[in-house]
Amino acid sequence: MTAKNRSFIDALWDFCCSLKLTVVSLILLAATSIIGTVIQQNRDPSEYLQLYGETTYRIFEALQLFDMYHSWWFLTLLALFALNLTACSIKRFPRVWRMVRQPVLTPEDSHYRTLSNMEEVVTKDSPENLRDKLAAVIKENFSAPTITEKDGRIHLYAEKGSWSRFGVYVTHISILVIFLGAIIGNVFGYKAFVSIVEGSEADQVWLRGTREPVDLGFTLRCESFSVTYYEGSMRPKEFKSLITVVENGEEVIKDRPVIVNDPLKHNGIVFYQSSYGPAGDPFFTFEVTERASGESQTYRLRKGQRQMLPGGASFRVADFAPSFQNFGPAARVDVMPTGSSPRSFTVLKNFPQFDQQRGGDYIFNFVDYKQRQYTGLQVAKDPGVWVVWAGCLLLVVGSMVAFFLSHRRIWVTIRSLDGKSGIMIGGSAHRNQPAFEGFFDDFKKKLREEVKGS
Amino acid sequence: MTSAQLFNFTTIGYFAAMVLFFAYLATRNKTVALTATVATWVGLALNTAAIAMRWVESTRMGYGHAPLSNLYESVVFFAWSIVLIYLLMDLKYRQRAVGAFVIPLSFFGMIWAQLSLSDSIEPLVPALQSNWLTYHVITCFLGYAGFGVAFGASIMYLIKVGKEEKSDPDSPAGGILSIFPSARVLDDINYKAIMIGFPLLTLGIITGAAWANYAWGTYWSWDPKETWSLIVWFIYAAFLHARFTRGWVGRKAAWLSIIGFGSTIFCYLGVNLVLSGLHSYGGS
Repeated sequence: MTAKNRSFIDALWDFCCSLKLTVVSLILLAATSIIGTVIQQNRDPSEYLQLYGETTYRIFEALQLFDMYHSWWFLTLLALFALNLTACSIKRFPRVWRMVRQPVLTPEDSHYRTLSNMEEVVTKDSPENLRDKLAAVIKENFSAPTITEKDGRIHLYAEKGSWSRFGVYVTHISILVIFLGAIIGNVFGYKAFVSIVEGSEADQVWLRGTREPVDLGFTLRCESFSVTYYEGSMRPKEFKSLITVVENGEEVIKDRPVIVNDPLKHNGIVFYQSSYGPAGDPFFTFEVTERASGESQTYRLRKGQRQMLPGGASFRVADFAPSFQNFGPAARVDVMPTGSSPRSFTVLKNFPQFDQQRGGDYIFNFVDYKQRQYTGLQVAKDPGVWVVWAGCLLLVVGSMVAFFLSHRRIWVTIRSLDGKSGIMIGGSAHRNQPAFEGFFDDFKKKLREEVKGS
Repeated sequence: MTSAQLFNFTTIGYFAAMVLFFAYLATRNKTVALTATVATWVGLALNTAAIAMRWVESTRMGYGHAPLSNLYESVVFFAWSIVLIYLLMDLKYRQRAVGAFVIPLSFFGMIWAQLSLSDSIEPLVPALQSNWLTYHVITCFLGYAGFGVAFGASIMYLIKVGKEEKSDPDSPAGGILSIFPSARVLDDINYKAIMIGFPLLTLGIITGAAWANYAWGTYWSWDPKETWSLIVWFIYAAFLHARFTRGWVGRKAAWLSIIGFGSTIFCYLGVNLVLSGLHSYGGS
């Protein structure tokens, strides 16, 4: 490998490890993420065209701004972030491992000069006396020191929370684990949707986006769907589907209520109550009374279906609304009498006497209607979700350790100086230096008092 | 006593605390500072009682859900969270001047909630009927509160350093500034408060993801609210990294903290008022 190549690789590696890259990629991720909250994502092209016009639409489309969180550039940014995270960890870990396993027990003077918390004291006491006194003070105020004598100098070293140095690596790995979980979910799982009409079955679901069918390997039957409301209001209380699962001709789950926040799970596939709506035309029940004879008859019919009445006339339900203004269910009825033009009027289910006042030959009473519903279920298969949760757990534990604990170290070196003793005191914390500085100032004071008191 | 009355007293308590903290800045009298702190504690107690009473009232009405379900309830809980985090940090730092920059957040929150938000107790729509709601809201708001305290400290920091740089470096800053904590302590409070807020926000995002996964089958769907919470997370992650390793203390840190809190507020309110998505505060 030539020197030029070598230096290029070094430079690339340094770039991957740099903290500047971390801060820049975090800020870029934050800034670009805003775009997708302003431009609604994954809508119909026609909606975008209407909103932005042709030119802007083409530019946005080319930049993949309509599905930006899955665009090549956003994924590249995430990959860069992950690469940076990995490279930083690989670069720093060995040094940190050494620092924890093999602390500097016999620091040179130059070591003290690198510490931002440093103090030198000269006193008359003998080094041996000082060693015992200072060891006691350090133990009382910090932790028990390791004492090493080397080249006529006495070194005291004490530390706290050395393992907290690993918290940051746990945090970094946790983010990679979350990414891994997301990838597993994307590759081996799917998100889909299925609508099932009450009383019918489905053994396929449709993928979100591509709308391709996927076989479930079992059958779902929607027994019924219902909405309940809080008393005296139109505020929904519960959306409920009763679902039966049939596998190999056997009902393995029967009449399981599936409600929002309580999904149904079977064979690793989860079904969530998500929407509902009317399925097909409702069936209407009408009681029609002939005004002349006073005779009544009941009819069941669908919307638009023509129904003969006694006396040669006929009628049909032209239109229907489950809630007409504040009057409840309403139907528009067309009557086609023999020999005169058709007449159109509205009947209300909640006001049975209403149509008498119209004064027609036939009095219509809207007795009831049956509307079959379909239930819409979100379907998800995500084998990566537990990996994501494991990552989240590591993230919380790792960041707590990284934030709230710090590796604090104190060194004291004592040497004799013509019958006097010189003491060097140094300390460092790998996180949260200001707090350590406060502690160290106090600590120095105590040490000095101890030394002076002798 | 009803929760509405208790919330009134809470607002009065925070108002008194705020005025006393301002008075402390003006008088530099330690007794005033102590009185202000006592008023803050009383306000917190009242706020706690009010939230508890609202829960009881909801139970009496037959709903029985934690009072964390609409905008009004979230604002009064936010006020509570900010005061709680402030007082916990006060126990350690005892820098009373900070109160003058943090308590107003809670007071204005309470005033806004009481004057212009609907305080009726509504039953939960199906999407909110989950215990995850409670965990999610509590962790998010305690996180936001940490950022709120950091914001107050950052403002003070900028005022302090700004004034110090203008005046003679040898003479200590006079006037109100003399009772401001030192720049170093303010920077430390900023950092500590974010250190409290960040893991809580992380937990808030995770509990939200867990809930989304349970209710909708997907732990992350890039909904604007989710995305904004992640944006806030990115900003504070950048803050922490910039600071951890490159000694980005001081002015830049203060500005990042202020931008972070601005984004937090946008995530909390702006998303609902400006953008559309899943979090609608029950239609308010």
